[in-house]
Amino acid sequence: MAEPMKIRATLQVDTADVRILMQHPMETGQRKDAKGEIVPMHFIQNVVITHNGKTVLDAQWSQAISRNPFLGLRVKGARAGDRISVTWTDNKGDTRTDEVAVAAPS
Amino acid sequence: MNQLRRTLLKFSGAALAVGTGLLKAGEVFAAAWNKPAFESKAVADALKNLGAPNLIESKDIIITAPDIAENGAVVPIAVTSKIPNTQSISIIAEKNPFPLTSTHDVANGGEGYVSIRLKIGETSNVRAVVKADGKFYTAVKEVKITIGGCG
Amino acid sequence: MSGIRSSIAVIALACVSAVAFAQGSSADPLAVGRQMLAEDNPGELWVDKGKNLFYEMRGPKKASLEQCDFGLGPGKLEGATTRLPRYFPDTDKVQDLESRLLTCMVQLQGFKREDIVRRAISPAGSSGSDVEALAIYITSRSNGMKMNVSLSHQKEYDMYKAGEYLFYRRSGQTDFACVQCHGESNKRIRLQDLVNMTDKKQIQEVVSTWPAYRGAHYVVRTMQWRLYDCFWQMRLPELNYVSDASIALTTYLHYQGNGAVIQVPGFKR
Repeated sequence: MAEPMKIRATLQVDTADVRILMQHPMETGQRKDAKGEIVPMHFIQNVVITHNGKTVLDAQWSQAISRNPFLGLRVKGARAGDRISVTWTDNKGDTRTDEVAVAAPS
Repeated sequence: MNQLRRTLLKFSGAALAVGTGLLKAGEVFAAAWNKPAFESKAVADALKNLGAPNLIESKDIIITAPDIAENGAVVPIAVTSKIPNTQSISIIAEKNPFPLTSTHDVANGGEGYVSIRLKIGETSNVRAVVKADGKFYTAVKEVKITIGGCG
Repeated sequence: MSGIRSSIAVIALACVSAVAFAQGSSADPLAVGRQMLAEDNPGELWVDKGKNLFYEMRGPKKASLEQCDFGLGPGKLEGATTRLPRYFPDTDKVQDLESRLLTCMVQLQGFKREDIVRRAISPAGSSGSDVEALAIYITSRSNGMKMNVSLSHQKEYDMYKAGEYLFYRRSGQTDFACVQCHGESNKRIRLQDLVNMTDKKQIQEVVSTWPAYRGAHYVVRTMQWRLYDCFWQMRLPELNYVSDASIALTTYLHYQGNGAVIQVPGFKR
């Protein structure tokens, strides 16, 4: 089951600084488990991030992205309360979407 | 971005959350996930498959990364592109078995900036390839990889 | 003593590359990477997991952990881990966070002790154990507060003295004591900086950052795991989970680190 992400979106003047922590094994398909068997490839291939419904980042990833991935991005023209939505999809077709509102600087 | 794909992505969450999914793994992204580029073993081939055989060196691309990484499995890399109209940032770890690690397309206010964490197998040049106004620019930084620790 | 010191130095030199650097110097080439990783710490995901687990009705008794007393009264979490390890009258023992969690998971939730002990330290790369998530959540409720272990009860004092004794005692096939690796500043084994635990500032840095996300394991690790792994590295017999020896050492180290401001999740390589 896809584990929830942790998303922080803080406003810096008019730019949202967005930081996303994800939980995913990002298996390369080259690693062997304790029994000596290959652990099959299992990795996030695509991440789509929208700002108030508009796509601001569309990423394609390979197995070279680290396990428990991190993604940082910046969105210009943001305001406090705007919606940032993050969706990842992996090579098995599993997917996860999480959303936050852009927070004003504290 | 392709409107059909955007629609498919919107619905894939709902469909796949049920567990069965209407789409087979890989079906949605046949057009989107650049298989030839990601499966290229040589940097030159990866660049060709990215549609970027010619690169312009640019000082307006800043790669923020450690000089020495303690753990090659989790190497933080950030790329900032100051080039106007940046459309995408790709990151290549030149000595990895498959050098292309990722491509990030930005639009609608998404800045030319991305921060990720990579698996890097050995001391290697990390190359950023930025597409802006249809042209391709590049910068490079060496990251030394160590194991760190004993026992 | 000097024979072992010089063999550690030889091992360190043999493993490391030509460029040497002092711990904490501005020219430290590892600093950039460490900072980038610590700023966005996957351990935060475990804090969230732990919070959910804390309030969830679990175990055969289908109860949450809200009635668990971590020393400040049932359900009071703010500041609780700043005082651990401490003496608990209901068990008549000095307990650290994990052994107290064990007590509550057994008594309140009806879990079997052996089952918890077996799963407490999760395999690297897994989604982690419930104990690890709970430990980091409960500790995070003391974030920003100062470590304040007291030795006013006789048993607390005895545990402290036992921990001090263990810290300095040479044992096992390597004839190592903790102090040999952790008694001097600016030492390292390969690229692993060794904390000088006899230095106040450095031990405070240690006690304030556990539990931590261990990058190389992709899970959150706790102080119980850290001590267990040290014993393994020293080729000593296995340090049992929440054993008296582990609690003695934790009491000693936490007391030495009194005044440290808790800030979890930590990030370790």
